[in-house]
Amino acid sequence: MSNQMKGAYILMESLLKENVDTIFGYPGGSIMPTFDALYDYMDKFNYVLTRHEQGATHAAQGYARVSGKTGVCLVTSGPGATNAITGIADAMMDSTPLVVIAGQAGAAFLGTDAFQEVDLIGCTLPITKWSYQIRSAADIAPAVAKAFHIANSGRKGPVVLDFAKNAQVEMAEFNYEKCHFTRGYIPFTAIKPTQIDAAAEIINNAKKPLALVGQGVILGNAEAELKAFLEKADIPAGSTLLGLSALPSDHRLNKGMLGMHGNVGPNIKTNEADVIIAIGMRFDDRVTGDLKTYAKQAKIVHLDIDNAELDKNVKATAKVLGDVKASLPELTLKIKEAKHTQWIESFHEYEVKEDEKVIRPEVYATEGPLKMGEVVRKISEATNNDAVLVTDVGQNQIMAARYFKFTKSRSVVTSGGLGTMGFGIPAAIGAKIGAPKRTVCMFAGDGGFQMTIQELGTIMEKQIGVKMIILNNNYLGMVRQWQELFFKKRYSSTPMMNPHFNTIADAYGIKNAEVSTREELDAAIKEMFADDKPYLLIANCEEMGMVYPMVPAGETITNILLG
Amino acid sequence: MADNFKAKQCGKECQKCNPAECNDGKKLFTVTVFSENQVGLLNQISIIFTRRRLNIESLSVSQSALPGIHKFTITTITDEDTIEKVVKQIDKRIDIIKSFYNDDSDLVYQEIAMYKVATQDFINLEGTEELIRKYNIRILEINETCVIFEKTGHTDETQGLFNELSQKLQVLQFIRSGRVAITKSKIERLSDMLANIEAHKMMYE
Ligand SMILES: Cc1ncc(C[n+]2csc(CCOP(=O)(O)OP(=O)(O)O)c2C)c(N)n1
Ligand SMILES: [Mg+2]
Repeated sequence: MSNQMKGAYILMESLLKENVDTIFGYPGGSIMPTFDALYDYMDKFNYVLTRHEQGATHAAQGYARVSGKTGVCLVTSGPGATNAITGIADAMMDSTPLVVIAGQAGAAFLGTDAFQEVDLIGCTLPITKWSYQIRSAADIAPAVAKAFHIANSGRKGPVVLDFAKNAQVEMAEFNYEKCHFTRGYIPFTAIKPTQIDAAAEIINNAKKPLALVGQGVILGNAEAELKAFLEKADIPAGSTLLGLSALPSDHRLNKGMLGMHGNVGPNIKTNEADVIIAIGMRFDDRVTGDLKTYAKQAKIVHLDIDNAELDKNVKATAKVLGDVKASLPELTLKIKEAKHTQWIESFHEYEVKEDEKVIRPEVYATEGPLKMGEVVRKISEATNNDAVLVTDVGQNQIMAARYFKFTKSRSVVTSGGLGTMGFGIPAAIGAKIGAPKRTVCMFAGDGGFQMTIQELGTIMEKQIGVKMIILNNNYLGMVRQWQELFFKKRYSSTPMMNPHFNTIADAYGIKNAEVSTREELDAAIKEMFADDKPYLLIANCEEMGMVYPMVPAGETITNILLG
Repeated sequence: MADNFKAKQCGKECQKCNPAECNDGKKLFTVTVFSENQVGLLNQISIIFTRRRLNIESLSVSQSALPGIHKFTITTITDEDTIEKVVKQIDKRIDIIKSFYNDDSDLVYQEIAMYKVATQDFINLEGTEELIRKYNIRILEINETCVIFEKTGHTDETQGLFNELSQKLQVLQFIRSGRVAITKSKIERLSDMLANIEAHKMMYE
């Protein structure tokens, strides 16, 4: 039986075969045939029209990060495609599975500088896991199948499909075969027993082991396996920014966050441990500081799914290549039960010090202007530490990451590797759609909020119940902090004149409040969580606030400023 | 003179460096890449060199022994630590089937160079026979204006001829191909890789 279809319809059917339920997009000339087909599928997909293509990509990222599914974007060629590039690069850095389908000039026009023709494949090669140009209708189904296979297996990441207009309107036979395999790409390497044995031996001889938990644990759904591993050998753990929530905040072995603005304990202990077990993390420079002085005394065991990460920044004594979902249980079998009571207690002194010098004054302030930390703590507590945290970038991001607490995994959506301001609002939209039953709290600075402020329109139209908090300091705060510390307080381009954010929220029909005192704050938080509707809270915070602890960029990880 | 040339390879003034190994720890590596036969592959590979500011010394691309699989042979000067990371990053690309690196001791390799000189200069040259014998020159074309000949060998050999010629006459054109190389070892990495791929594929069938 013949099953001839128009290319645009083949795309729709292919997306259904991949169980796509949500599409974030924005139309335009060279993707119009596809949007025309989408019109017939409005009952099959939850289609979200964002207000900018960057918003579509970040929303797809938020959706993917909380749900584990592949985020899907549909945009037009030329400016639509280039607007999507920031989100694609962000997804590449943070291993987020995305399939971005962009219109393209017809195949016959390619290379002629046709209207809205951009060499998207050329532009995105370095920032995608795979990119492919679909030039004929017969090409669509296999390309979509391969795209979804690649995006959401192995080390996950973004895939771009550059969809020539002629392929959207041509007819072809529709036959869908899921892709489980592509030559040259083996995402699921079998775990090598010799690697497990070598790693286990090192861990079994450790007196002062420290685990570094990365997002690989969450991407591999290996939270339970991580816990079993840590508990069996009594290993304290620090977490990267993206690894947060893999282990509940209040777990006995959770020693907090690593890196530049991480907790003092795990950073100091990195340079005291005799064995470091890195689990699904990549030794980013924001985690390690100066590599020349980083954990030189320790044997390093590195578990990662991406062979190119092993030995990239830090040379490993023992490497275990593969999905941590598979390697952790095998390793747990081979390690001995142990107790490291004294070692774990040795973190205490640093916890007390950080608590006194940094944390208490920040989150339990009683006088003076509002502190970002206290706003974050109060909101986290109001959700019973059960919400999804989405952040923008800057001081707001770090304060939120430090003081929001987690009980469930997949609770942190933040731009780590790329540090993209403007990530917050659209990512929160995607997160709420990907986890509709959960409370989603989005913290942004006054700067980053205005980078994708247009997405309030998306929130209004779809009535997406995100709780947005602007930690307003009237500065590009994180840059100002560096200027204060390293540029002689020369505040070049960081003070900012802001609009009246409440009026903007009013224009979009979004309930809102502005607070500057502790009493107002408590009342507003109550109101914010009274229903599941969108809400914008503007918290006017200390203008000159600083994020501590801080390890200045490029310095030894134990050179920690406490303010 | 040959020494001079090698010193130039790594961009440093170290006249005495060992032909295969410059004394700053950098040396010439040959990267072999097997890929799917499709557009854009060279771009995918070259951006990985570009990101690390590695200069591609030579490049040659052709069909491999296996149908549908292309082979890139790329030489570059760097240290082992870097080349290992580069190869892993190339290998990671979806359309790359296998990538690995070797140093000269693992390889049989060859380049071809062509030279064009004025016929009159060539006739006037003293010791033509010795030169032809010494370098094993093969003449490809002689006409009233020019003589074109070729020499195959390692870079220092083809460069040696160029240098000697340049002292005696004016070389009108000179071109050297990228390196072609075959590993000496018993291990056939591509076949092993393909076997591994087949085993992996079976898991789904
Ligand atoms: C797109 C983008 N542009 C610039 C930067 C550099 N940058 C990092 S943090 C920051 C300041 C952010 O200011 P704001 O959003 O007000 O947050 P705050 O630090 O004050 O909390 C800037 C400009 C960036 N990360 N992303
Ligand atoms: Mg600010």
